[in-house]
Amino acid sequence: MYRYDSYDQSIVDARVEEFRDQVQRRLAGQLTEDQFKPLRLMNGLYLQLHAYMLRVAIPYGTLNARQMRKLGEIARKYDKGYGHFTTRTNLQYNWIKLADAPDILAELATVEMHAIQTSGNCIRNISSDQYAGVAADEVADPRPWAELLRQWSTFHPEFTYLPRKFKICVIASEEDRAAMRLHDIGLKLVQRDGRIGAEVYAGGGMGRTPMVGPLIKDFVPEDEIVSYLEACLRVYNRYGRRDNKFKARIKILVHELGVEEYKRQVEEEFAHMRTLGLNPPTEELDRIRPYFANPAYEQGLSDEIDRSDPAFALWVDRQVAAHKQPGYAIVNISLKPRGGIPGDASAEQIELVADLAERYSIDELRVTHAQNLVLPHVKKADLYAIWQKLDEAGLAEANLDLIGDIIACPGLDYCSLANARSIPLAQKLSDRFGSPERQKELGELKLKISGCINACGHHHAGHIGILGVDRKGVENFQLLLGGSGAQDASLGQITGPGFSEDGVVDAIEKVTNVYLAEREEGERFLDTYRRLGMKPFKEAIYG
Amino acid sequence: MKILTGNDLGTGDVIWWAGDGWSRHVGDSVDVADKGEELARAEEAALRVVAPYVIDATVTDEGVRPAHIKDRIRALGPTVRPDLTLKPNDADTGNWVI
Repeated sequence: MYRYDSYDQSIVDARVEEFRDQVQRRLAGQLTEDQFKPLRLMNGLYLQLHAYMLRVAIPYGTLNARQMRKLGEIARKYDKGYGHFTTRTNLQYNWIKLADAPDILAELATVEMHAIQTSGNCIRNISSDQYAGVAADEVADPRPWAELLRQWSTFHPEFTYLPRKFKICVIASEEDRAAMRLHDIGLKLVQRDGRIGAEVYAGGGMGRTPMVGPLIKDFVPEDEIVSYLEACLRVYNRYGRRDNKFKARIKILVHELGVEEYKRQVEEEFAHMRTLGLNPPTEELDRIRPYFANPAYEQGLSDEIDRSDPAFALWVDRQVAAHKQPGYAIVNISLKPRGGIPGDASAEQIELVADLAERYSIDELRVTHAQNLVLPHVKKADLYAIWQKLDEAGLAEANLDLIGDIIACPGLDYCSLANARSIPLAQKLSDRFGSPERQKELGELKLKISGCINACGHHHAGHIGILGVDRKGVENFQLLLGGSGAQDASLGQITGPGFSEDGVVDAIEKVTNVYLAEREEGERFLDTYRRLGMKPFKEAIYG
Repeated sequence: MKILTGNDLGTGDVIWWAGDGWSRHVGDSVDVADKGEELARAEEAALRVVAPYVIDATVTDEGVRPAHIKDRIRALGPTVRPDLTLKPNDADTGNWVI
């Protein structure tokens, strides 16, 4: 894992003290809310429905045990004993007192963490593949580039006041586990003629105008990736719509200019930048890379797993993924207990996972955009012990990528932007469909719920998506089918008129019944939908 | 009726204007009629509230009820964590917001 150098630490420490002064001035009445609001947002502090909410950045979703333990400690000490892992692989605390915020940030700084750039029209937390560094199919570990981009984008003066927020994702595998093409810029590392470089996708995103990002450059050499991104950002910064918040994301610019014209302008800017010698020195990437070198794996370990306990075997089949190193495995920890709150974890659960990471996963864990956790370096011989400890803590649900593995935003239970509650609906759905038998019968089925058009719950990318809307003060839910955030990225289509909370659960029952009746050998729900189209599903729902 | 709500500057708690100060309980709300904006400005300047705003509400048998579900959830707490609402011992508490 990357470790802060003195520059990283000093800028984070300085920011804490700056914010401490700002909070004191606000509480003393020397700053109005209009003056203070942009300052607190720059430090991840929002005012939500019930209290202040602090969003903590987890760069490319990677944590060590010490950091995770600190997150649990803060949940217990300053919040109400829990935190919420988000679809941006961050962690949110829902019950923060303003006066405590600087102390919390100071505590985070002691473990090389912060809440910088988790709000505002800047480059947000860089996201990546939760299997980075351990996936057998990656051409390179994407995290050194993610870290380089984190450093490049932190307090970047030119990109601190963009037309709108900006999200970048870096992956390095054919299989897209990070919804890369639904980011403002997605980078996919590839190898061409023995050289590492990146395919660049620009103008993807969800929200009220969802777009799958088009490919704008099929190969940028690794030492020019930052400059190329700088060119992409410059064109956006110059021409992105600042007059209309709802048309200000880069996806609108790329769409309105057209992909070819946007590419042309980026190339022009890139050519200019090349003359300036602004590429970061390759020494910096070389300095970062060793932090992500393979850990000292034990050699000669057995790949055998004792599957005599059926509950354990079920969990292994669902939650354990192949690791590139013989004798090791990747463990996915579900934060989606049946009837529970997607993404929520108690302080005790957070601390348990920290302990497991330290003892069994070479001191490392990951957060996924699907609001789950990952132990990336687990010896197969330790799987049973880990499962037992997870089971005791209510974390041994076996539902990865099944209908019970629901992504849900905080919705109207917590969020001031939301129009409808996402979580109670997720709970009803996992109650209805979450038995092991039913989930197995339905197979891979990604269900995603957003409580408003901003789409934090990724409803556009769900095989089944649900969007909560406000219909004259009453919650109403639109149903979408056919979305995907994976390498076969697509946007879901609305089935028709919306439903009540119970109505949408019943509608999903009908939709899944069509799938079960019509599926061909080996087809997932999404495959059947793509083969048949909307019509039979719509007929089943609306008659 | 019109009632005034906002959040406590320091704690972030949801608060309601009760006539002579702020309360955490929506049931203590009083009708501010057309004085809401003026009150909001004065209370915000006095650092007793942040992001105040006036909403419609009705008086029911169960007390003051905000017109919009968002404010009913603010008044109660998250419906998915009854233990964190203002009525933690009421198993049926979440239904009040609907």
